[in-house]
Amino acid sequence: MWDAPGIVGLPDDREEPRVIEFDAVHKEYPDGTVAVERFSLIVPSHRVVALVGSSGSGKTTLLRMVNRMVDPSSGTVSIDGVDVRSMDRVKLRRSIGYVLQAGGLLPHRSVADNVATVPVLEGRSRRQARADALGLLERVGLDTALADRYPAQLSGGQQQRVGVARALAADPNILLMDEPFGAVDPIVRDQLQAEMRALQADIGKTIVFVTHDIGEAFALGDEVVVLRTGAEIAQQGAPAEILANPADDFVASFVGAGTAQRTLRIRQVDGRDVVVDGDGRPTGVLER
Amino acid sequence: MNWLSQNLHIVGQLLADHLFLSIPPILLSLLISVPLGRLAAGSPRLRTPLLTGTGLLYAIPSLPLFIIIPALFGFSLRSPATMITALTLYGCALLVRGAADAFSSVPQDVRLAAAATGHSRWGLFWTVELPLAGPVLLSSLRVVTVSTVSLVTVGAVIGISSLGTLFTDGFQRNIDASIVTGIVLTVVVAFALDALCVLAARWAMPWQRAVSRA
Amino acid sequence: MNLLIEAVQWLLDPANWGEPNALGMRILEHLAFSGAVVLVAAAIGIPVGTLIGHTGRGRGAIIAITSGARALPTLGLLTIFGLWLGIGLEAPFLALLVLALPPVLAGAYAGVESVDRATVGAARAIGLTERQILTGVELPLAAPVIVGGLRSAALQVISTATLAAYISDTGLGRPLFLGLKTQQYEMMLGASILVALLALIVELCFQLVQSAAARRAEPQNGRQHRAHSGARERIEA
Repeated sequence: MWDAPGIVGLPDDREEPRVIEFDAVHKEYPDGTVAVERFSLIVPSHRVVALVGSSGSGKTTLLRMVNRMVDPSSGTVSIDGVDVRSMDRVKLRRSIGYVLQAGGLLPHRSVADNVATVPVLEGRSRRQARADALGLLERVGLDTALADRYPAQLSGGQQQRVGVARALAADPNILLMDEPFGAVDPIVRDQLQAEMRALQADIGKTIVFVTHDIGEAFALGDEVVVLRTGAEIAQQGAPAEILANPADDFVASFVGAGTAQRTLRIRQVDGRDVVVDGDGRPTGVLER
Repeated sequence: MNWLSQNLHIVGQLLADHLFLSIPPILLSLLISVPLGRLAAGSPRLRTPLLTGTGLLYAIPSLPLFIIIPALFGFSLRSPATMITALTLYGCALLVRGAADAFSSVPQDVRLAAAATGHSRWGLFWTVELPLAGPVLLSSLRVVTVSTVSLVTVGAVIGISSLGTLFTDGFQRNIDASIVTGIVLTVVVAFALDALCVLAARWAMPWQRAVSRA
Repeated sequence: MNLLIEAVQWLLDPANWGEPNALGMRILEHLAFSGAVVLVAAAIGIPVGTLIGHTGRGRGAIIAITSGARALPTLGLLTIFGLWLGIGLEAPFLALLVLALPPVLAGAYAGVESVDRATVGAARAIGLTERQILTGVELPLAAPVIVGGLRSAALQVISTATLAAYISDTGLGRPLFLGLKTQQYEMMLGASILVALLALIVELCFQLVQSAAARRAEPQNGRQHRAHSGARERIEA
C-alpha cells in the first residue's frame, strides 16, 4: 500500500538525519509580550516530540519558528546544523509538512488540488500531482471518490485526513503539526491518533507537534515536553517517565497524575482482572 | 408603444451611449479598489484614512461633482471623460470599503495554511486571497454596477447624452412615453449588467456553488 | 483652476448672501426639504422595517425592494412625477421619498434582524412582552444599524435634492441650474461646492450619532478591540 507515487522514489531520505535544534530562542513582540523565553531543545531524527502546554505557553510560536512563520528575536533554530534563517522562507516551508487544526485546507480548491498544492507550487504538472494525490488519499484512509469535493463538503475527520495527506505530498522529512486533531470529536480523534501512529511507524518522519491535550501528547509522542508560560520547560521525557515521576506539582496537575482518571486499580471480577479508575469505574480488562 | 417604434433609432443610440458611459467606470473602479482594499485590510494604519477618505467621496453629490471635475481636470463640461471620472470615483468610494471587507473576510487560518505550505506573498494574493475575497467583493461590485447605471442618467441635465436624455427631452416636450421608456431601459440595463457580474462570478468561483448545494 | 478661484469668490461675495432669497435662504430650503423627506421616510420605514425584522415575515420583499430601488433613476422619477403632478414641490418630494425609503427600511430590518436571537429568546424567557422586547432589547441593540440606514438616506437625499430644482424652484440646485442656463459657471461651481460641503457636514454629524449609538449598544466593544489587536500574532509571509 505504501507504494503511493510521490513518496516512493526517495528511499534514502529516511536514512538521512533530520535533527531540529532550538538554541536559546527568544521571542518578544513589539508590545512587550514575551511569548518564548530562552528555549532550547533538540528534536532527534525520525522521532515524534510533543510540545504540550496551555494557551500562552508559546508552544505554537515554537512550532512556527521551525518553518519561519515566526522568526525568533534572538537565538537560532537549525535543521541538521543549518540555521533556518539562512534558508529561503518559501523553499523552507515547501520542504516541511505542516498540519493545522481542522486541516487548514484552502476552501476554494478541491480535495485533490489541496493535496497537490505543494507539488504544483514546486513545478510538478497538475495532472501528475493530482494522480499522486489520489494515492495519498488512500494512504490516509480516504475514499478517492472524495477527490473532487470541496473541503466544506467533508466531515471534520475527513478534512483532518486531507490535511495530513497534503503535508505528506511533497515527501518532506519533517512534519509540523499544530493541534492536529483538536477539532474533531473524541471517537474520531482516537481513531486518527491510532492511524497516525501506524503511519509514522511506516514513514519515520521527524515530527514536532503541539497540543494542549496531554492525552494526545502521550498517545503520539515518543518524547513529551511539558511547557509553562513563556515556553519554560517544566519536564521532558518519555510519556511513562512523566506519568511515573512528575517533576513537580505543576506537571502532576497537568498530566492529572494522582487524579481519578489517571490512577487505575485492578479488581477481581469473575476470576478476571478488571481495571478500574480512581472512582471505581471499570475502564478495561487486564491481559496477562 | 407608438412613440417607441417611431424613435427606435434614437433610443438605440442613447442606449449605446449609456453603456459606453457605464461600463468603463465599473471596470476602472474595480481595478483601482482591489489593490487599495487589500492595502487597507492588511494595515490598520492605512485602513482608517483610506476608508474615511473614500467614504467622504461618496458624500459629494453627483451633479455638483460633474461640474467640479471638469473645473479640476480641465475637461470640457460635456465630455464623456467627466462622466467616467466622476463615476469611477463613486465606484471607488463604495468598492474600496467593500474590497477591504472582502480581504478581511479571508479566514486567518487559511492564510496561515497557505503561507505554511510555501506560497510566496504574491502567490498568496493571486491564488488564495483574491479568490476567497471574491464573494464579498462581488456583492459590492453588484451595488456599484447598479448604481453606476442609474447615476449615468443624471448627466443628461448638463447635456451628456445617455438614457437620461429621454427624461430631460420627455419632460421638456411633455412626452410620458419617453420618460417611461428611459426608466424601464435604465432598470433593464442595470439588471442585465448585474446578472453578467453574477454569471462571471459563478464561472470564476465554482466552489461557491458546490458548497451551497452540500 | 481660475474657475475654481472665481467660484470661491462668488461664494464669499456678500452680495450673494445678503438679500432675501439668496444663499442663506437656499441652504435653509435645501436642508428643510431634505429633512422633511428623511422624516417621512423614517416615519414609514422604521416601523415597517422593525416589524419585518422582528417577525421575520416579508424578508424577500425587503431585499427585492432595496435592490430594485437602487436601479431606479431618480431623474426619471422626478420628471415623470413632474409631468403627472405639475410644477411644484410634490413631484421632487415623492421622487426623493422613493430614494430615501429603501435604505431606511433596510437599515431598520437588518438592525433588528442582526440582534442575537439567543438574546431575544432570553428576554422572552424571563417574561418580557413582545412590545418590551422590541423597545427594550431589539431597538437599542439595532440602533447603530438603523442610524446607518438614516445616514445613507439623508446623504442621498441631500445630494439628489439639487435635482429638484430641475422642475421646481427650490434649494441649492437653483443657482446651479441658473448658472448652467446662463453660462455663469462660477455660480454653478460655487453652488456645487456648497452642496458638497453641506453633505459632508451632515455625513460627519451622522457619523458621530452612529458611533454614539454603537457605544450604547455595545459598551465594552472598544476595549475588547484594543486587547485583540495587541495580542494578534504577526505571520511573516
